[in-house]
Amino acid sequence: MSSLLQFEKRKYVFALIAICIILTYIVRLFFLQIMSTEYKRYANNNAFLNKTLYPARGSIYDRKGKLLVFNQPAYDVLFVPRQVTHLDTMALCKALSISKAYFVDRMKEVKDRRHNPGFSNFTPQSFMTQLSPEEVGVFHEKLFYFPGFYVQRRFVRKYTYNVAAHLLGNIGEVSPREVKKDPYYISGDFIGKQGIEKQYETILRGEKGSEILLRDAHGRIQGKYEEGAFDVAPVHGKDLSLGLDIELQLLGERLMKNKIGSIVAIEPSTGEILCMVSSPTFNPNSLVGHMRSRNYRKLQQDHQKPLLNRSIMGTYPPGSTFKTAQGLVYLNEGIITKDTQFPCSHGFTYGSLHVGCHAHPAPLSLIPAIGTSCNSYFCWGLFRMIGSNKYRSPSDALTIWKDDMVSMGFGYRLGIDLPGEKRGFIPNAAYYNSIYRGSWNGLTIISIAIGQGEILLTPLQIANLGATIANRGSYITPHVVHAVKDQSLDSLYTTKKTTSISPRYYEDIIDGMRLAVTGGTCRRANLPDIEVCGKTGTAQNRGHDHSVFMGFAPKTNPKISVAVYVENGGYGAVYGVPIGALLMEQYLKGTLSEKSIELAEQISNRTIYYGDEKR
Amino acid sequence: MVTRNVNIMRSIDWITVLLYLLLVACGWLSICGASYDYGQTDFFSFSSRSGKQLMWICCSGLLGFVLLMLDSKFYKTFAYLIYMAMILLLMVTIVIATDVKGSRSWLHLGPVSLQPAEFAKFATALALAKFISRYNFSMKKLKDVLGVSFLIFLPLGLIILQRETGSALVYFAFIVMLYREGMPGIILLSGVCAVLYFVLSLRFSEVFIGETPTVMGQYIVMLLIQFFTSIMYGNYFKQWRVARMQLIISALCIALATWISLVYFPFNIVWVQLALVALFVVYALYQFLLKRYSRYLIITLFPLLSVGFLFSTNYVFNNILEAHQQVRIKVLLGLKQDLSGAGYNVNQSKIAIGSGGFIGKGFLNGTQTKLKYVPEQDTDFIFCTVGEEQGFLGSSFVLLLFLTLILRLIYLSERQHDTFCRVYGYALVSILLFHVFINIGMVLGLTPVIGIPLPFFSYGGSSLWGFCILLFIFLRLDAARSERLR
Repeated sequence: MSSLLQFEKRKYVFALIAICIILTYIVRLFFLQIMSTEYKRYANNNAFLNKTLYPARGSIYDRKGKLLVFNQPAYDVLFVPRQVTHLDTMALCKALSISKAYFVDRMKEVKDRRHNPGFSNFTPQSFMTQLSPEEVGVFHEKLFYFPGFYVQRRFVRKYTYNVAAHLLGNIGEVSPREVKKDPYYISGDFIGKQGIEKQYETILRGEKGSEILLRDAHGRIQGKYEEGAFDVAPVHGKDLSLGLDIELQLLGERLMKNKIGSIVAIEPSTGEILCMVSSPTFNPNSLVGHMRSRNYRKLQQDHQKPLLNRSIMGTYPPGSTFKTAQGLVYLNEGIITKDTQFPCSHGFTYGSLHVGCHAHPAPLSLIPAIGTSCNSYFCWGLFRMIGSNKYRSPSDALTIWKDDMVSMGFGYRLGIDLPGEKRGFIPNAAYYNSIYRGSWNGLTIISIAIGQGEILLTPLQIANLGATIANRGSYITPHVVHAVKDQSLDSLYTTKKTTSISPRYYEDIIDGMRLAVTGGTCRRANLPDIEVCGKTGTAQNRGHDHSVFMGFAPKTNPKISVAVYVENGGYGAVYGVPIGALLMEQYLKGTLSEKSIELAEQISNRTIYYGDEKR
Repeated sequence: MVTRNVNIMRSIDWITVLLYLLLVACGWLSICGASYDYGQTDFFSFSSRSGKQLMWICCSGLLGFVLLMLDSKFYKTFAYLIYMAMILLLMVTIVIATDVKGSRSWLHLGPVSLQPAEFAKFATALALAKFISRYNFSMKKLKDVLGVSFLIFLPLGLIILQRETGSALVYFAFIVMLYREGMPGIILLSGVCAVLYFVLSLRFSEVFIGETPTVMGQYIVMLLIQFFTSIMYGNYFKQWRVARMQLIISALCIALATWISLVYFPFNIVWVQLALVALFVVYALYQFLLKRYSRYLIITLFPLLSVGFLFSTNYVFNNILEAHQQVRIKVLLGLKQDLSGAGYNVNQSKIAIGSGGFIGKGFLNGTQTKLKYVPEQDTDFIFCTVGEEQGFLGSSFVLLLFLTLILRLIYLSERQHDTFCRVYGYALVSILLFHVFINIGMVLGLTPVIGIPLPFFSYGGSSLWGFCILLFIFLRLDAARSERLR
């Protein structure tokens, strides 16, 4: 009996074992369910498929509401490796018009985890991307022959007109660096690469949405999580309307065919860009879809650098167009009055220094000096100013001069809403002190008087000078975008900036520019019933001179300011003036007269030969 | 008839019935969660798994009622007959069963399929109870031990022949039950020690202590061996002071050796531990020579065999176990990550449970189980659904329900006056405990993956009925306790 009693105690052993086991399991549960978060993460990765919903990118319109850029469907061919069965490779290649070798290479590439880290046998893998509806059409019809293959629609950009490539820019797949910089993007997303597309990326792209789908153990979608309660709808991109006049742009690009250079037209009252041509250019539609990278590489290798937007990235000596700015500074600083006369004996001569000039009556006062573009007059002006005893030193004089120039928008970026703008160059005293070791005077730097020498402006800055003169001393920072839908424009593009020059001096310069058109260097710009004001430029250069024109019209209440810069085009009157006049006519009249159509045709057909040197 | 009915209604243990109903209800809800498919929500349709399970549950309730209605003497009288019938059924099954995923354990009777192995449990429990309750039965008699062994290993062998290793292992639970009836504790302890040594030495076989060449696994197991030896010594001879002295001396020696090895002179500390064990053996032998008391000789066997087992573990593991078994064990011990192969089920099951959090995702809101990430989620891995949908609270509640049931059954067993009833009760306790231990341990990644169902939870009529019969026979026997006294 004692042994039986002893065994009865063993019930405690049983109870203890049971309690220990259950307690151990509860502790284990505690660690699994409460202390650890990794299992929840695993569970979410398991079950939730976060599908991105792509917003539609905003469209772009011109100033008259014409659609310039919009979205067009492109198709990606995807396949889920696990679902591909009985694949007839030859039929597939035929339907997609690809070679067997391409198919094999592509399959190898997709399955190589080094190139495609996201590879899985259960999820859709991209086989070909951005095919046009025509390219994918046959395949789409025969899709049922190819189990496991899918066609997914995406959107690529389409340009209505084959112009304004630099200004509009383009989109391409994000680079790894862009992904690292902005976590919004994931590999394969599109991002604006140039022009407006880049500058207004965040406005145009909108915001991606997401939906949470439930995925089962085999990767199949079983529906929406919580009936879509946590889904976020995408916010579509906003439309942009530009100040651009597409008709003007078309004409500009036609005129600049086979020439290197740039045209910029600005509406003086608003600062809106009316047209911006950079030649040579390219077809914006060539940088769309799967041909993009190949075409882009070709453009990159072109020695004439068609990708460069010369309107804002090219810096040129402005030549005689700069005399207007010089005149304004001399007047403003009291160096001359409009009646001050300077001699010109085939140019400016001082000691051994001689700056040549063409034949015209002399001496001249300011207005005819602008009209005939007298070099001597402006050399004397600068010489007087730098040497004036109003200032303690030439350095002080140059500083005053430079500040006036900067107030007119030179030497710094204007701040246009396009990426990559260059600032040009306006020398200051420190610069000359350093290159001439402190020993310089008005004569040393005399070439800047006529817009040569160190002076470098972008065509945009030249056009903006025209706009400033047209506005009699003020400008609004030039900008491409006229309005963003449901959003106001950056205040930079609505605020008027005033130059340091007194408005009354502008009238004298305008009179000079008017004289140049009616009886001076710009006579070819004298349109019958429009009061055009203009100034030619013939920028000296190691090669053939550059042909420049800067002007605005009409004289009162100006509507357009134009700058034309044709590299190696010779005298300003050869290319600059007629091109500028045609643009003004087109913009102000809406059409060209018969004579002008003929002229435009002529200019368009003229080719300037540049040789093969790298530019 | 009427009076006896009233008696049963009055004397039946309603607490156990309530626990049974709670578990079955929780089980059914889990099945609903596990078999729920998007778009299909009719839990009562017989075409769905939840509908079928509900039918099994109703049938099991009916079955329970019938079992309660039978005379309590019936079970003892017909114990051997039932046992023999079941053995016969198991044999027949081997011959006529069709092959389902490699196992030949299913009998197809028209629309229903039965797994006789589930029903053989209660038959074996009845037979064992009858055999042990014989007059003059003793675990010390070889004949009796052999008899008991025969009763256990006959169905076990037949089930192995059906290739249902998991179900067969359950019969080892009966050996645990024998402990209550006088089986020497050393057998149970040896089993526990063997598992403990094996797991620890393998788990830490590649970990070293500091800069010393001491293998962590061996070090820990040697500590355990010395600890158990001294405890046994104290228990056997009631010489607790000597045992304590042994423990203190060993602990000091090992601490000193570890310190020297770590700081001054790296050497294998296991040698010191072996020396200490040898010292103990010499001491015990000396006592034997002095007192001529054979127990001193026996006690030297434990440390010697333990050390032998420890040092043969690696050999056994690498040379005797098959490759897939090695993988399973390594995955279980966390020595190997194999998430696509052997570890997939357990990993997915841990993810499902771990993602449940404190209060769970809510009924039918589990994503892992709904989306079929966990294989066998409505049978062997049903506890995942509880863990994911009901969270820590729900799963702890279920675990505590099981614990309460087991403790209640131990209490009921102990209050039996008849050895037959007590043995049967403990058989029931052992089987339940074994199932819960292995099944939930497997789902939590603590025990090996052995495919046995979770009582009252896992989908399937056979398993549910098997446990129902086991439980209700015991309830009937318990209800008759007072009748017999009279």
